[in-house]
Amino acid sequence: MALLEVNDIHTYYGNIHALKGISFEVDSGEIIALIGANGAGKTTTLRTISGLMEPRDGAVRYDGEDISSTRADLLVSKGISMVPEGRGVFAKLTVEENLDMGAYTRRDKGIKDDLDRVFELFPRLEERKKQFAGTMSGGEQQMLAIARALMSSPRLLLLDEPSMGLAPVLVDGVFDTVQRIKNEGVTILLVEQNAHMALQIADRGYVLQSGEVALSDTAANLQQNETVQKTYLGID
Amino acid sequence: MDLSGSQTRQTIITLGLLSGALILFTGAVGMIAAFHEREIVRDFITLGQLVLLITPFIFGYTAANRLGMTGEAPIVVLGGGIIIGLLTALPTTIMLLFNSDEFRFLLDWALRLAPFVLATAIAWRLYRQNVETLTVIGSWLLVAVLLGIVTFSLALIFEVKGELRSVLVNINRDWVEVVTFDHRKDLMRGIFIFSLASVAAGFLGSLCYYVPRTPRRALFYGLSVTLLVGAFGETVRLVLQENLERDTLNQLFRRDTLRGNAALGLLVVSTVIGYLWAAFGDRARQGFQNLGGQQRQTTGMIGTVLFVALLLMLPWLIGRTLSDVAVTIGLFVLMGLGLNIAIGLAGLLDLGYVTNYAVGAYILAVMTSIGPLGLMKGTFSFWMVIPIALLAAMFAGFIFAVPVLRMRGDYLAIATLGFGEIIGKLAISDWLKPLIGGAQGVQAIPKPIFLGTELKNPEQLYYIVLVACLITLFVSIRLNNSRTGRQWMAIREDEDVATAMGIDTARAKLLAFTLSAATGGVAGAIFAAKVGSVFPNSFTVFISINVLSLIIVGGIASNPGIVVGAVVLIGLPELLREFSDFRFLLYGALLIMMMINRPQGLIPTKIVTHEIRAGVKAKAAAGD
Ligand SMILES: Nc1ncnc2c1ncn2[C@@H]1O[C@H](COP(=O)(O)OP(=O)(O)OP(=O)(O)O)[C@@H](O)[C@H]1O
Ligand SMILES: [Mg+2]
Repeated sequence: MALLEVNDIHTYYGNIHALKGISFEVDSGEIIALIGANGAGKTTTLRTISGLMEPRDGAVRYDGEDISSTRADLLVSKGISMVPEGRGVFAKLTVEENLDMGAYTRRDKGIKDDLDRVFELFPRLEERKKQFAGTMSGGEQQMLAIARALMSSPRLLLLDEPSMGLAPVLVDGVFDTVQRIKNEGVTILLVEQNAHMALQIADRGYVLQSGEVALSDTAANLQQNETVQKTYLGID
Repeated sequence: MDLSGSQTRQTIITLGLLSGALILFTGAVGMIAAFHEREIVRDFITLGQLVLLITPFIFGYTAANRLGMTGEAPIVVLGGGIIIGLLTALPTTIMLLFNSDEFRFLLDWALRLAPFVLATAIAWRLYRQNVETLTVIGSWLLVAVLLGIVTFSLALIFEVKGELRSVLVNINRDWVEVVTFDHRKDLMRGIFIFSLASVAAGFLGSLCYYVPRTPRRALFYGLSVTLLVGAFGETVRLVLQENLERDTLNQLFRRDTLRGNAALGLLVVSTVIGYLWAAFGDRARQGFQNLGGQQRQTTGMIGTVLFVALLLMLPWLIGRTLSDVAVTIGLFVLMGLGLNIAIGLAGLLDLGYVTNYAVGAYILAVMTSIGPLGLMKGTFSFWMVIPIALLAAMFAGFIFAVPVLRMRGDYLAIATLGFGEIIGKLAISDWLKPLIGGAQGVQAIPKPIFLGTELKNPEQLYYIVLVACLITLFVSIRLNNSRTGRQWMAIREDEDVATAMGIDTARAKLLAFTLSAATGGVAGAIFAAKVGSVFPNSFTVFISINVLSLIIVGGIASNPGIVVGAVVLIGLPELLREFSDFRFLLYGALLIMMMINRPQGLIPTKIVTHEIRAGVKAKAAAGD
C-alpha cells in the first residue's frame, strides 16, 4: 500500500480553481519528483497534502487514513513534515533554537539523538549553532530548513523547491543531501523547477500543468521523454 | 568654495536654525513662560531659562560632533558652536522686535516684502537651472501672488488688531520677560543678554566635544542629576521629607526650590560619582562577567533581594503623594506585562486593551459597591471579586479573540481598536444604564480590607499592586521560556511556518489574548477600588495607546523595559501635572525622539537589539 495517495483533489483559492483533479501515489522509501512550470500548482499540491489547505473535492490518504481535512499541526505529529517554499527559517532565533522548534511536537527521548544525526548530516550547522538564522547564507538557511523539518522525525518529507535561489555548486549539495535523507529511510516528495536534477535523484516523477497531471512515469523515462526534454530540461 | 566647506556650512546653518525654531516654537505655544514658573536653583535659573540655554548647548554639541567627525579644525568646530548660538537667538530676537512698539514697522515691512523676496529667490534658482524664461516669470508671479495673499492679509489683521499678541496668544509679556532675562523695559539690552547667553551655550556645547570622554560623561551626569533634582524639586522634597529633619531640609530647599549651595554641592557630588562610574563602571561590569557561575548567581541573588527590599520599603521612603503615583505606575506595569503577552510574545497588535481594564473595573464596582447599583451589597469582598474580575476579563479577551483569529497585522489592530471603542460606548449607553449607571457610573465602592484594616491609603494599596505585579512578572518570565512561549514566538515570526512546525496557531493565539486580558482585569479592579467609583470616561482609547507606548518605549518583550517605560510615560507626566497643557506635547516629542534615536526601546531584549542592528546594516548595504 502506498504511503501517500492523492486521489483526484480539487483545491481552490477563493474562486480560483488551482488544482483540477490531481492524483498520484508515493510509496514508502521513494523519492517522487513533482515538476512543472510556474503556477502549475506544485506548491498548492504540497499545501493541500500538509493540511494548510483543504481540498474541496477528492481525498488525500496517508498510511491508509483520509487526512484531507486534518489540521496541519496534527499532521506533523503523524509524520508529515514540510520545508516551505522560500525556506522560512526563524530569522531571530539561533540555529539551535530553530532546530528545537522543529521538534516542537515531540516529547520523546530521541530528540537528542536526532539532533546529533542532523548535525552529522549538516556539520556546517553544528559549527554555527549559536548564530542567528537570519544572518546565515542562503545555502545555510536551506540546510537549516531541511534539518529543522527532519527534527520532527518525519516519515514523509515534503520539499518545496529546495534549490531555489542557490548557486549551482550548492544545488548539487542539496540534492546530495536529499539522497542521503532518503537512504536513512525517509520518503520524499520533491517539488522542483530544476527538473534536470530532480529527475536524476527521483525514482518516479509527475509533470503538472495548469493544475493537472500531464505526465507520469519513472524518472529515467521522463528524462528521455521528448516533451519533458523540450519544456523542462531545455534540450532541443 | 569646495564641497566639504559647503557641507560644513550647511550642517551649521541647519542645526542652528532648527535650534532657533525650537525655541521660538516652545515660546509661541507658551511653554517657556509656563516653565519659567518653576525655579530650578533659587535665584539662579528657572526651567524656562534652562530650555533657552540647553537647546543651543545640545545643538552646539551635536554640530561639533558631526563636524569633528569629518575632521574639521577646532577653530571651525568652535566657531560653528558660536554661530549656532547666534542662529538660535535669531528667530526669537526677530519675534521680539516684531512684538515691540518701536520696531513694529519691521513686521509690516517683512510681511509686505516677503512674497517678492521669496518669489525672486525661487525664480532666480529656476533661472540658474536654465528653465524657460516664460516658466520663470510664471512661477515668480504665482509665488508672489499666492504668498502675497497670505502675508498681506496677515498684515491687515495685525493692523486692525494692533498687536501681535491677539494672533499669537503666547507671545506676551511673560514670554518677553523670560527671553530677555528680565529686561523687558530695556529691550536692546535684553536681546543682547539673550544672544550672548545663547552664544555662550552654543560655544560651551561645541567645546564639550574636546573634553575627554570620561570627564565629559561625568560632567553630563552631574549636570543632569542636578538639573533633574532642581526641576522636580517638589517631588524630591516630598521624598526627603519622609527621611530628613525639617531644619536640614530647609537648608537644602526654600519651599520647593533647591538653594544655591545645595545645588553646587549636589553638582560636585554627582559629578564625582559620575566620574567614578565612567572610569570604573566598565571594569566593574567586566569583573561581574568574569565571575564564576556560582559567584555570579550569588551576586545576582543579592541584587534581587536588595531590589525587592527597596520595593517593599518604597512607600515609607517616598511618602503619600508619590505612593499614589507609584500605584498608578504599578497598574500600568500590570497592564503592560499583560499586553506584552499579546504584542511582545505572540506579535498580535491589540489596540483594544482598555476593554479588559474596563471589564475588571466594572465587575469589581458592581459586585462590591454598597451604593444603589451594587448587586451584592457588601457580601462580596475585594479579595473574592479579584479572581472573578480576572476570569471575567479573560472571558472577554477570549470572546473578542474568536472573531479576529484569522486576521493579521494591521487588520487585527483595527478590529481590536473597534472593540475598545465598543466597550466605551456600551459603558455609557442607556441600555446598560440600569446595571452600570451610564454616564453617572458606579459609586460607593468600598476599599479592600486586609486582616481587619481598611486599605485606604495609597501606601497600603501599593502593596496590592506590587504583589500583583510580582506574580505577573513571574508568570510572564516562566511563560516566555516555556513551550507556549516558543509557540508564540514562532507565530510572531511566521504563522505558516509555525503551522508547519506542528503548532495549533488558533489555539495559541486564543491563549495569548486570553492570558493577556487577565492582568488588565486585575488592574481595572484595583483601579476601581482605589478611586472608589467607576466612570465610563476613564476607559478611553488613550489607555490602550498608553499601555502600547510604554511597551514600545521600554523595549518590546522586555520585562524590565516595561517597568522603566511605565515610570517614564506614566510617572513623569504625573509629576509634570502643573504643565498639563504641554504634557501631551512633551509626550509626543519624547515618542518621536525615541523612535528616531532608540527604536529598540530603553531596555531592549537581545534579539531586538540584534534585529535593529541587522536592519541598519542591511539598509547601509542596500544604500551602497
Ligand atoms: N494565495 C493565492 N491566492 C490566489 N491564487 C493563488 C494563491 N496562491 C497561488 N495561487 C494561484 O494558484 C495557482 C497555482 O499556484 P502554485 O503556487 O501552486 O504554483 P507553483 O507550481 O508552486 O509555482 P512556482 O513554481 O512559481 O512556485 C497559480 O495560478 C497561482 O496564481
Ligand atoms: Mg511554488
